[in-house]
Amino acid sequence: MLSADPVRAAAYRKTVERLRAADEDAVGAELDRLATDVRRNIVRTIDRAGMGHIGGDLSVTDILVSCFYGALSVDPERPQWTGRDRFVLSKGHCAAALYSTLAQCGFFATAELDTFMAPLSALNGHPNRLKVPGVETNTGALGHGLPVATGCALAAKIDGVSWRTFVVLGDGELQEGSNWEAAMAASHYGLSSLTAIVDRNRLQQGARTEETNALGALEDKWRSFGWEVREVDGHDHLALLRAMNGPRTGRPVAVIANTIKGKGVSFMEDRVEWHHKVPTPEQVDAALAELAR
Amino acid sequence: MTLTEPEQQAVFDCRQDFAAELLALAEADERIVAVCNDSVGSSNLVGFRQRFPDRLINVGIAEQDLVGVAAGLANAGKIPFVCAAAPFLTGRALEQIKADVAYSEAHVVLCGQSPGMAYGELGPTHHSIEDLSWMRAVANLDIIIPADPVQTRAAVRWAAASQRPSYLRIPRFKVPVVTPGDAPFEPRRAVLLQDGGDATVIAIGSLTSRALEAAARLRGEGISVRVLNMPFLDPLDEDAIVAAARETGRIVTAEEATISGGLGAAVSAAVVTHHPVPMRILGIPRVFAPTGDTAFLLDHFGLSADGIVAAVKDLLRHG
Repeated sequence: MLSADPVRAAAYRKTVERLRAADEDAVGAELDRLATDVRRNIVRTIDRAGMGHIGGDLSVTDILVSCFYGALSVDPERPQWTGRDRFVLSKGHCAAALYSTLAQCGFFATAELDTFMAPLSALNGHPNRLKVPGVETNTGALGHGLPVATGCALAAKIDGVSWRTFVVLGDGELQEGSNWEAAMAASHYGLSSLTAIVDRNRLQQGARTEETNALGALEDKWRSFGWEVREVDGHDHLALLRAMNGPRTGRPVAVIANTIKGKGVSFMEDRVEWHHKVPTPEQVDAALAELAR
Repeated sequence: MTLTEPEQQAVFDCRQDFAAELLALAEADERIVAVCNDSVGSSNLVGFRQRFPDRLINVGIAEQDLVGVAAGLANAGKIPFVCAAAPFLTGRALEQIKADVAYSEAHVVLCGQSPGMAYGELGPTHHSIEDLSWMRAVANLDIIIPADPVQTRAAVRWAAASQRPSYLRIPRFKVPVVTPGDAPFEPRRAVLLQDGGDATVIAIGSLTSRALEAAARLRGEGISVRVLNMPFLDPLDEDAIVAAARETGRIVTAEEATISGGLGAAVSAAVVTHHPVPMRILGIPRVFAPTGDTAFLLDHFGLSADGIVAAVKDLLRHG
C-alpha cells in the first residue's frame, strides 16, 4: 500500500478549506488551474508508461477534480477514516486520471506516477484498493462501480450516518445491464446520499455510443428508474459542484456530465482513436504546450 | 443406529441450521446483514427479516447487483451474508465475485444455497455442479463445503469471523450428522472419519455419509478404507492427501459437482505433485443431467455407496 505525501496532503486540506469559503469565480479559476495540472500529469504519466486511456482520462478530469476538491470529505492521510465520503471510479481504465488526482491531493507521492503500469508497481492499469489509498474497490471490468456504490450508500442509510457516496461511470459502460440492476435498487431503497456522475463523452472504444448501442435519451432512462437527473457541462466545475452538492429530494442523483473525450488537447478532442492511443514524443510536447496556456 | 447406516438415520436440510446460526450471530453482532435476491424463503431468511427488517436487503432478481452491493456494504464495515441459490449466485455474478469480492478482498460471505443437484427435477439450469470449478479458479476466496448440520453451523461462525472473502455451499438435500463433536473445522485441516489402510476415500458435502456407508460395506468384505472429509476445499489440506497417498496407495474422491475442477481435480494435483498413486474421481462427468430427483441423479452418476464401493474395488483390482 502506498503511503500519503504529508506535505501535499496538508496543502490539499488547506486548499479545500479555502475553496469552501471562496466566491464562485475564485473557485472556478482554482479548479480550472488544478485540472490543468492533473491533465499535464496524465499526459506525462501515459508518455512514460507508453500505455493508457488518454481520451477518457482527459474527459473525466474535471469531474474528478470537482469531486476531490469540491464535494468529497476525505483525508489523504487517513484513507480508511470510517466517516469519509466514498468515491468509486467505475470506469477503471481511466486510472491515470484517478492516480494523477489522488497524487495531487497527497494520497501518495507524485513521483509514484512514474511507475504507472511498470512491473510490480502499485499503479496497475486499473485501480487496486489494496495498493492505492483513496481507491475503495477494484474496478476495471465495466458495470461494477454502481452496485458497489449502492452497497456503500445502503450501509450509510442502515447506520443513519451522513457520509455520501459518489461513483463516476463512463457512458459506454451503461450498456452493461448490471448498472440498471443497481439503478433500480438504489431508487427502491431511496438512497439520496448516492450520486452517480456519467462522463457523457459519447465515444466508446470502437465508435460513438450512439452508433454502437445507442443510449438515446439517457436522462429519461435514469428518471424512469427513479433518479433525480441533473444535466451539466462536464467541464464546468461550478456546474458540477452545484449538481453534486445541491439539495436532495429523497432520491439518488444522476449527474449527466456532457464532456469531450480528449478535452484540453485539440488534436485528441472527440476523436475515437484517442481512446487508448499513445502520443508520440512530438504529440506529448504539443499536448503539454496546449495545457500550459 | 450407527453412522454406517445412513438410510436409518435422521437427515437434515442444512439451510435451517444455516439460518438459525446466522440469526444467532446477528443477535450478537450488529455488523451482520443478509443480502438476497428474492430468496427470503428459499434461503430460510423469514425469521431474520422479522427480527432485523433493516438488516435484510433484498435487491430482487439481480445477482450482479447482489454481489456488488454486498461488496459495498463490506466496504462500509458490514459483514454481508449473500444468500442466493448457488447456480445463479456463482454463475450470474462470477465476475463480481472475482473483482468486487475476492480481488478487492472484501469480507463478503457468499452462501450458495441448494447446491449440486439439490433442485433435481428442475434441471441443469438450476443445478450448481460447476460452482466448485468456478470458485476454485478465483484467487483469494476460501471455499467451504459443509457435510452436515454441524459443519454448516461451524462454517457460518468461521466465515463471519474470518475477515476474508468466502464461498459457503449450503446443502438442501438432506444429510445425516457425520461429523464427530470434536472434529476440527479450520482451513487446511481434513477430518478423519475412519482410518484404514487399503485405500482412501476423500468425500465432501452430500457424498460424505455415502463414503462412510461404502467403507462399512467394504469392511464387511475385508477391505480397510480410510475416509477423509475436507470441509475446506480451499485452502485444502494437502498434507492429509499426501499422507493418504503414501499410507494407503489408492485414492477415490467423491463430490456432487462436475469433475472438471472440483475436489477430484484439487486432490489429483496434490497427488501427482507430491506422491503419485492411482486414483478414481467420482463426480458428474461433462454432461447435463437428465430429468430426475436428487437421489435418483446421485445414483445415476454413481455418487452412491455402491458407486464408491465399485471404485475402490476397481482400484484394488486394476490400480
